[in-house]
Amino acid sequence: MALTPDDWSAVWLTLKLASLVTLLLLIVGTPIAWWLARTRSRLRNVIGAVVALPIVLPPTVLGFYLLIVMGPQGPVGQLTESLGLGRLPFTFAGLVVASVFYSLPFVVQPIQNAFMAMGERPLEVAATLRASPWERFVHVALPLARPGFITAAVLGFAHTVGEFGVVLMIGGNIPGKTQVLSVQIYNHVEAIEYAQAHGLAAGLVAFSFVVLLALYTLGGARNTLGTGQ
Amino acid sequence: MSGLFLQCRLPLADFVLDADLTLPAKGVTALFGPSGSGKTTLLRCVAGLARAAGRVDINGECWQDDARRIFLPTHQRPLGYVFQEASLFAHLSVRANLEFGLKRIPAAERKVGWDAAMDLLGIGHLLARGTDTLSGGERQRVAIARALLTSPRLLLMDEPLAALDARRKQEILPYLERLHDELAIPILYVSHSPDEVARLADHLVLLDQGRVTASGPTAELLARLDLPLALDEDAAVLVETQVVGHDDAYHLTRLAFPGGSVTVNRKALAVGARARIKIQARDVSIALTGDNRSSIVNRLPARIRSFGDAAHPAQCLVSLDACGTPLLARITRLSRDQLGLREGMSVVAQIKSVALLA
Repeated sequence: MALTPDDWSAVWLTLKLASLVTLLLLIVGTPIAWWLARTRSRLRNVIGAVVALPIVLPPTVLGFYLLIVMGPQGPVGQLTESLGLGRLPFTFAGLVVASVFYSLPFVVQPIQNAFMAMGERPLEVAATLRASPWERFVHVALPLARPGFITAAVLGFAHTVGEFGVVLMIGGNIPGKTQVLSVQIYNHVEAIEYAQAHGLAAGLVAFSFVVLLALYTLGGARNTLGTGQ
Repeated sequence: MSGLFLQCRLPLADFVLDADLTLPAKGVTALFGPSGSGKTTLLRCVAGLARAAGRVDINGECWQDDARRIFLPTHQRPLGYVFQEASLFAHLSVRANLEFGLKRIPAAERKVGWDAAMDLLGIGHLLARGTDTLSGGERQRVAIARALLTSPRLLLMDEPLAALDARRKQEILPYLERLHDELAIPILYVSHSPDEVARLADHLVLLDQGRVTASGPTAELLARLDLPLALDEDAAVLVETQVVGHDDAYHLTRLAFPGGSVTVNRKALAVGARARIKIQARDVSIALTGDNRSSIVNRLPARIRSFGDAAHPAQCLVSLDACGTPLLARITRLSRDQLGLREGMSVVAQIKSVALLA
């Protein structure tokens, strides 16, 4: 049951998508997590709930609205077209944007928890040692929240690898462009190519297991780091 | 203008912190009071970690003045802050913790040298260690050195010994005394331990429910009967003395002060050295004449200034004036009446024990 070129292309595409999305999520999610962890604004709960929406919504709902917003009639679609970027749906870029929304809570929440767990004290100490707000963030908050970042990256990556509904809604099934692993497995099953489906599905099971094992092992490491106080 | 000027007004959960203090530009000032009296909050206001309405002026440098819309953020105030728990950065080694503040100080402004700080706190051998391998006392010493290495113009210490057991306290107190003796940095020291205050503080501020109930030289305040300190089981006075001689035959050291002198067990101090002693009220008794034979060596003529209540109703406190040096005696009210003690009477204070502090 050797993998077909399309299978390999799906694997490669999935890894590329998940890596890029994880990177973007860490960049976008960190300031959101920092704000959620520290603000006393009444908007905190509203923003927190919006970020968490993808956890409870069926992926098809999220994909449907993203399709509309990014489509030719949608505000984002019109913006991208007026900027000469074309339309996002049924492109790799569209998948990336949709995946960032879809996996956002899985990245924001571990980082937010890590920021909240460290408390105010290390930052106050750093301030009395002349560290500016930016230096406090970079040299104290980020390193102390490292276990949270590792958890966030692993979860964000794994969750993006596993998405299906959003991809189908927003990206379709274009080989080499938007045909990711989960969709390719679906294709094989539809075509009753169970052996091919097994090849990819078993690989995904093994991958997920390794990721979770690593996560729990690192979780243990986090506990020992956390008791350093 | 030299001196520390603090005006802080901040509503808290149960009361309003309202302090208006002028404190000496040098030495250790203790902020003393029961838990929850606003001591720590006042310290945080000075550091800019909490924002009160008012003014903070440290030896001519304005850190906050609402009238002029000045409020320096904490990291722009040249201060050192030692928190109750050592709060070392867990992700950094001891050395990196120490360098965290130091590397942010321009070389020209470094007044406390690396070697001096290592010596002063005895931590040179800990540098390569991780912070989680240190004992509580070691952690606190590293935290103090870390604050000192920023060459602060004011050192704020928030009950630095509170989280330590009695043995660790005894381990670290000598280091704090050296800070006091060897550095010209004024220290604001929050404490609720009368013993620490007696050993370290030159100036004392009493806080209760956010208000300043007294502020003055420690020795003066400790001897006052109208302050809650007198009610403490360990009520005591401090006397600044000078070593005037040693008695080799009996292994004694004689310490003189304006009101007379006392002898203590021989100490390795040079003649002429200064020594602060603490005399607890419970160790002072009163005799009507000086000629009664007793094993007590230290007897001082004194005049009764006033009487006050002690913690237990069976006892009372007597404020004595030993030729200018205030003393406190705690005696039973029964003996007061049997001896017919009255204000203005001349008596003899018999001192059973003297503690040498520094």
